[in-house]
Amino acid sequence: MNDRKPVIVARNIDKFFGDFQALRDVSIEVRAGERMVICGPSGSGKSTLLRCFNALETHDAGQLIVDGIELRPESPDIRKLRQNVGMVFQQFNLFPHLTVLENLMIGPVKVRGMRRSEAEATARKYLERVHIPEQAEKFPAQLSGGQQQRVAIARSLCMEPRIMLFDEPTSALDPEMISEVLEAMVELAQTGMTMVVVTHEMGFARKVADSMVFMDGGEIVESGPPQEVFSNPRTERCREFLSQILAF
Amino acid sequence: MAAVDPATLDFRPARPLPAHQRLLNSTPVAILLYVLVMYLIIRGSYIGAERMGYNWQWYQIPRYFYTLTDDGFRWGEIPRGLMVTIYLSGLSFLLSVGIGLVVALLRLSDLIVGRGVSIVFLELIRNIPLLVLLYLFYYVLGPIFGWSRFTASVLTLAVFHGALVSEILRAGINAVPVGQWEAAKSIGMSGYQTYRYIVLPQSIRIMLPPMTGEFVHLIKSSAIVSVIAVAELTTIGRNIISHTFMSFEVWFTVAAVYMVLTLTLSIGVTYLERKYAVDR
Ligand SMILES: Nc1ncnc2c1ncn2[C@@H]1O[C@H](COP(=O)(O)OP(=O)(O)O)[C@@H](O)[C@H]1O
Ligand SMILES: [Mg+2]
Repeated sequence: MNDRKPVIVARNIDKFFGDFQALRDVSIEVRAGERMVICGPSGSGKSTLLRCFNALETHDAGQLIVDGIELRPESPDIRKLRQNVGMVFQQFNLFPHLTVLENLMIGPVKVRGMRRSEAEATARKYLERVHIPEQAEKFPAQLSGGQQQRVAIARSLCMEPRIMLFDEPTSALDPEMISEVLEAMVELAQTGMTMVVVTHEMGFARKVADSMVFMDGGEIVESGPPQEVFSNPRTERCREFLSQILAF
Repeated sequence: MAAVDPATLDFRPARPLPAHQRLLNSTPVAILLYVLVMYLIIRGSYIGAERMGYNWQWYQIPRYFYTLTDDGFRWGEIPRGLMVTIYLSGLSFLLSVGIGLVVALLRLSDLIVGRGVSIVFLELIRNIPLLVLLYLFYYVLGPIFGWSRFTASVLTLAVFHGALVSEILRAGINAVPVGQWEAAKSIGMSGYQTYRYIVLPQSIRIMLPPMTGEFVHLIKSSAIVSVIAVAELTTIGRNIISHTFMSFEVWFTVAAVYMVLTLTLSIGVTYLERKYAVDR
């Protein structure tokens, strides 16, 4: 993994919301094909960091290079970047007025300028990939949470991104639906996609993660290969957190 | 994909009302109440008019709707006035939606200048009486720009209602969850694309009822242009009275015609909403 080129490079990132510092001096590197899992208590800045990676938030200090593009406020390349960096949200955020198929096609057609027939073929391919080809004509509200989240994953994949970001993709799901979404993510990992996943699903982390990051109070407290972080956390904060989420 | 069916914007199913409220809200009860109130008003004015020794001439009214002579069927003055009212209101409403959209987008934009301009506009319009605005447009701006009575009227109504429409649009746009914006941005959409394909289609469903109300409001306030003698329904009414002195009959008739127009509109839109309100 270390010989691959880095696709996300963050150096000394700070982020403020008013007076509140949400990210403190965060430095991190994600390499092509790497699967990184970020965990940490609520409010520790995980979402904020992830959202900086596709410029949904702008960092206030430090340097951030994603997919070869340096992110600065008002950078003209931001839309280009977002086309190459997919994002899956906790609340799915599907477009409720569009069918599943249209949800998947609107990006390729309107943003990439793809022909509709081609976009539809792509959409059906990715629906197949997340195992719900039969739901193409339905509206999001007609699907279960797990199905909606898989549609959201497929929607991002239709843009043929090089990096996929997941912000607690299973946290809003009923327990029985979590595995179907994780399954789709594991399969995606097997295709070699670069993935940064904020999650507390430690089974998933063990199975697919190349690296683990533990955040607390806006800082990266610990990072390394998952086995290391799991079996031998160096800090008390990380140990405590892991014992809490692994208690069940 | 561009064709958006507002019906699909589902969201909360309507909460069922308690039984007595459902009864009060039901159509037969509404009609009954309405007929009762109208009966009392009409009956009261009849008695009042009788005491004044008023000479009722209802038989004169039909010829202002249509005439059948040897030349054949002809529409009367009232339907022609009604058409002008519809044309005037329709045109003004379209313009007011355009103005409203621009003002709402400016208000929601990150541009400080844009927000400033829209707030000044809103406060200005909100604090000037419609009648004064009409005089401004007709007597002051009209001669400067060479506007006709009709143009001045359309612009007055469009500007006045544009301010109100912009607030409806703003509320509708704000009602779309922030996650929708983020999802649209995250697949690389521009601000324009996000509005066009994601936000506005979802707002329409939310905005339809207040927009209908605004259109009804506009139709009613269009009567005010009779003060500068644009030949719409109210002006026609005044003209008929000035040479027949049948003020009671004519004003009752004109009021009824306005009511038929606005009720038809409201009922039509309600029907459309129902038709498309299939719960998804
Ligand atoms: N838009 C915002 N405005 C103000 N504070 C925010 C905003 N977004 C996040 N925060 C704050 O930043 C901190 C980190 O938030 P977040 O990154 O969402 O945490 P996590 O995802 O780890 O739970 C929290 O304390 C949160 O309240
Ligand atoms: Mg979060």
